[in-house]
Amino acid sequence: MTGIANPILEVRGLTVDFLSDRDPFRAVDSVGFHVSRGETLCILGESGSGKSVSTSAIMGLIDTPPGDIVAGRMIFDGRDLATMTQEERRDLNGRKISMIFQDPLAHLNPVHTIGRQIAEVFEAHGVAKGAEAKRRVVDLLRRVGIPDPEHRVGQYPHQFSGGQRQRVMIAMAIALQPAVIIADEPTTALDVSVQAQILELLRDLQAEYGMALVMITHDLEVAASMADRVMVMKGGRIVEEGYARDVFTRPQHDYTRKLLSALPHGSDADKGHRRSGKSAGELLLTVENVVKRYTLSSGLFGKKHHVNAVNNVSFEVAKGETVGIVGESGSGKSSIARILLRLNEPTSGRAIYRGEDIFRMNERELLKLRRKVQMVFQDPYGSMNPRMDVRSIVSEPLRIHRDILPKSQWNDRVVELLELVGLKAEHANRHIHQFSGGQRQRIAIARALASDPELIVCDEAVSALDVSIQAQVIDLLADLRTRLGLSYIFITHDLPIVRHFADRIIVMKQGEIVEQGTTQALFASPQHSYTRSLLNATPHPKWESGTVASLSARVS
Amino acid sequence: MTAIPTDLKAPRREPGKARVLLGYLVHDKLALLSAIYLLILLAAAIFGPMLIGDMSTKLGLRQRNLAPFTLDQGWAYVLGADTLGRSILARLVVGAQNTLGIAAAAVVTSMFIGGTLGLIAGYSNRWYSHVILRLADVVMSFPSLLLALIVLYTLGPSIPNLIVVLAITRVPIYLRTTRAEVLELRERMFVSAAKAMGAGSLRIVLRHIAPLVMPTLITIAAIDFASVILAESALSFLGLGIQPPQFTWGAMVATGRGYLANAWWVAFWPGLAILLTTLSLNLLSSWARTVADPQQRWRLQTLRRAPR
Amino acid sequence: MFGYLGKRSLHSVISVLGLLVLVFFLTRLTGDPSYLFLPLDATPQAREAFSKLHGFDQPIYIQFFNYLGDLLHLDFGESLRQNRSAMAVALEAFPQTLKLAVVAITLACTLALVVGSLAASRPGSLFDRFASLVSLAGASAPDFWVAIVGILVFAVSLGILPTSGTGTAAHWIMPIAVLMLRPFGLLVQVVRGTMIGALASPYVKTARAKGVRRQQIIFSHALRNSLLPVVTVAGDLATSLVNGAVVVESIFGWPGIGKLMIDAIIQRDFAVVQSTVLVTASAIFILNIAIDLLYAILDPRIRYQTT
Repeated sequence: MTGIANPILEVRGLTVDFLSDRDPFRAVDSVGFHVSRGETLCILGESGSGKSVSTSAIMGLIDTPPGDIVAGRMIFDGRDLATMTQEERRDLNGRKISMIFQDPLAHLNPVHTIGRQIAEVFEAHGVAKGAEAKRRVVDLLRRVGIPDPEHRVGQYPHQFSGGQRQRVMIAMAIALQPAVIIADEPTTALDVSVQAQILELLRDLQAEYGMALVMITHDLEVAASMADRVMVMKGGRIVEEGYARDVFTRPQHDYTRKLLSALPHGSDADKGHRRSGKSAGELLLTVENVVKRYTLSSGLFGKKHHVNAVNNVSFEVAKGETVGIVGESGSGKSSIARILLRLNEPTSGRAIYRGEDIFRMNERELLKLRRKVQMVFQDPYGSMNPRMDVRSIVSEPLRIHRDILPKSQWNDRVVELLELVGLKAEHANRHIHQFSGGQRQRIAIARALASDPELIVCDEAVSALDVSIQAQVIDLLADLRTRLGLSYIFITHDLPIVRHFADRIIVMKQGEIVEQGTTQALFASPQHSYTRSLLNATPHPKWESGTVASLSARVS
Repeated sequence: MTAIPTDLKAPRREPGKARVLLGYLVHDKLALLSAIYLLILLAAAIFGPMLIGDMSTKLGLRQRNLAPFTLDQGWAYVLGADTLGRSILARLVVGAQNTLGIAAAAVVTSMFIGGTLGLIAGYSNRWYSHVILRLADVVMSFPSLLLALIVLYTLGPSIPNLIVVLAITRVPIYLRTTRAEVLELRERMFVSAAKAMGAGSLRIVLRHIAPLVMPTLITIAAIDFASVILAESALSFLGLGIQPPQFTWGAMVATGRGYLANAWWVAFWPGLAILLTTLSLNLLSSWARTVADPQQRWRLQTLRRAPR
Repeated sequence: MFGYLGKRSLHSVISVLGLLVLVFFLTRLTGDPSYLFLPLDATPQAREAFSKLHGFDQPIYIQFFNYLGDLLHLDFGESLRQNRSAMAVALEAFPQTLKLAVVAITLACTLALVVGSLAASRPGSLFDRFASLVSLAGASAPDFWVAIVGILVFAVSLGILPTSGTGTAAHWIMPIAVLMLRPFGLLVQVVRGTMIGALASPYVKTARAKGVRRQQIIFSHALRNSLLPVVTVAGDLATSLVNGAVVVESIFGWPGIGKLMIDAIIQRDFAVVQSTVLVTASAIFILNIAIDLLYAILDPRIRYQTT
């Protein structure tokens, strides 16, 4: 742990409003924090907690209007920012305080080479230009782990992968060796293994340059693995703060406890109630040797080459069973989902549902299948028509399959379904933008249940939700499974969350199944190296350096 | 049964939409003026010809080439009279009905045809959608005025032909925009969801996609209305649009052209009317765009600050 | 990238061909073209002789094949009024229009970029509101009326500019001013709109976080990214410039291809009409290719498409 020197950055009583013709919205309310050289402060909170706004104010990135800094003092290296001129504050950005953003593709200019964008930091502060700047840029790229930097310095952002783009952003941020780096959700959009690499890079850089790091995140495990001190925010206010170890192992505030309890944790014995626990019933679905090949060609006369998004995938789902399919981006897991529902056509293979091959069905048979097999999509907002009210959305399957229920009973059925997912009858008249993310996903689930399905495919159904809500939705799914005898295929990139929900787990990588087995066996003794790396990529608490145990195991 | 914790929050009650829009309108003075002008114009175009239509054809020897801005001969001649002594003001009102009527007919026709074709071309991948697109390209790649001139000349300049030709030259705009939106919409998750539920293409296009395309179509129609007025005026000015004895504002400018030296007002007022109308339409659509943009909307609001 | 260009060129060629077919059928649609060519009191024998001479009495599909054959031989017919090759007439008039159009669009683009970026850098300011109003007015004004008012004020009343014709530098002023008015107005709107959007974008936020000066942000980031939409709009505007040219050339007596076309239409000289259509369409086709090329240069995402 670092010695607490004078803090390099201090914020006191910051209050920020956003103005409109209604009452001003208080995004940040009397927030104060400080951070010292060599120290990492994590600001933890869910969406809407005001965590990003608090730090944007330091960099002067809040436009006023429509923003309004009502009160607060921000002190850097002993100087009050309010006493600085516009020009001095501009100079501070990038030289003494720099920022890393969440979505590197959007935050990089698409028409400038990344070399030019990194060199811009040198040029804007009069430190270097031309060939000298380029030389330093190449060194920076090498430092952040971009291979072949001399060649890549002339390339454009769209020619890099997500993780590499984030490395480029980090290069821009450390170029002038600032005293403070603010990282706003730097790894949220990245795969787990890439996330681990980026976090390690940040730790290395901090060890080398000794800067202060303020990291904003909603992910508790990321926070635990990076933070010396933690500050929990909710609704614009600080709810709890302190040393990371204390806050995580002995949380004082209810909200902090609630966040921690949402983590999939505990040993198998006591939390396994979410699993169905039944022995496998009859076989519902048999997937055999499914292949999906895409042919890409470059230009009018370019060479064609093939990519197998799904490569020889076979598995089974029994009645009442929950099968989890886990993989990172590019693993083919979502492709499988779309193929099983015939939203895309496979290149070859069979999928036998109750004796019939899905891929050979004609229109009429497909329509019948679509009553029995349903899907819940990832995006709770985008998967429903924003113009339709909840009643129309939930009753659409009844409209399409006219023989389920006579029209006069539709309204009652809608109410029944809404109550089944924990909503109320009066919600049927509202529109989806009036609901929160978790509630929208419940509506989507209600819609999926309308036709009385046997099998529901959940394609990253909870990935877009806040952590505490994720747990609620999974609880709902488990409850429905018990009540209605459903079977699930649960697709996710987040291995830990299916630990207490799925009976069996299939691990996919680059279109192929690398391992499958019962949940218990997989977690206890993973066979394949990829599975092991997935399990290990879950960030580990910083204060436990040396042990392999994860945060969830530490929380009691 | 395990109790399911629910996180219900009371959805906000929103103030009436009309009131909010009115507030935005009042904030932007130019847009407000435009709206008022257009409303007056609309009233004049609908009811005017009934009230003072006769004046537009009434010949008056004493009012021949009367200069404007005098009320000696009565309020009807405040904008002057033409070489036959007819009141320019009255003729403006009658001309308004024709100008606006023809433009409205053309816009509605092209919106309907272009929108439908755009839906088809965007949603299906069959051969006819490619053909539709090529045809639209052909029409779009050629200067619309020339195309209109050629067609009107060979088929004869009548009002129905005029409307058809104006509509056809605008169809590609609606078609392309609709198609672009449909292409984007059909990749959206709720379309996949509808397909997964078993919805057929017709249902998806009519129930899901078309309603979301409507606002864009209407926005384009508003801006396009101004362009159609300009196009029709140009055609009538060149002599191939509306034919006498009927007239639109563009035709009035053409008749006044010969008297520029001694009776400039005959050509001036109708052209000014065209300018003011199209300007008002453009100002309003610019305002509407700001209203629709959540990041810029605050410019039209009276911001309330918290007390310090 | 060349695959992208090749596909676009193919589409343009198809468009031009389609246009020619369209013109052919339109001009033959009215039945007997001799009614369009000869005076109304011409004798039936004169009509017959005329039709035979120009092949109008043949079945329409034979006429079409003849037409295509002539096209392939680059024979576009003779001007009935001037008794020389219709294509020569058209090609003579074209450079006059080109001169006018190039100057007009260059002026419009440059001025619009300057005015639009200044307005976008101070949104809501007096300059911004004034510039928006003026540009909207320019885009809304009927060009024939502006031309007439211009003649009235500057030529008739004040006598400082000529009413029509070519020759001196003064003859250029009003035609160009009228021709560039609408493109200027539209482009200012586009530049302002895209720049305001660009200044609110995430990559500008990054630039501010890096401490880049405001001036540099406006030029290097916002303006640079606004060039792409502006090029698109400018390309569409080129087509409407021809529309403007018809009106401007007619009113100011400028001997360009717009005036030629409308005169040919009124004089029923169809060979000339066809030639002018072909020349105009080809020019637009070449312009579209140039725009596509420019687009590829400006947008590296097209140049380096990742497979």
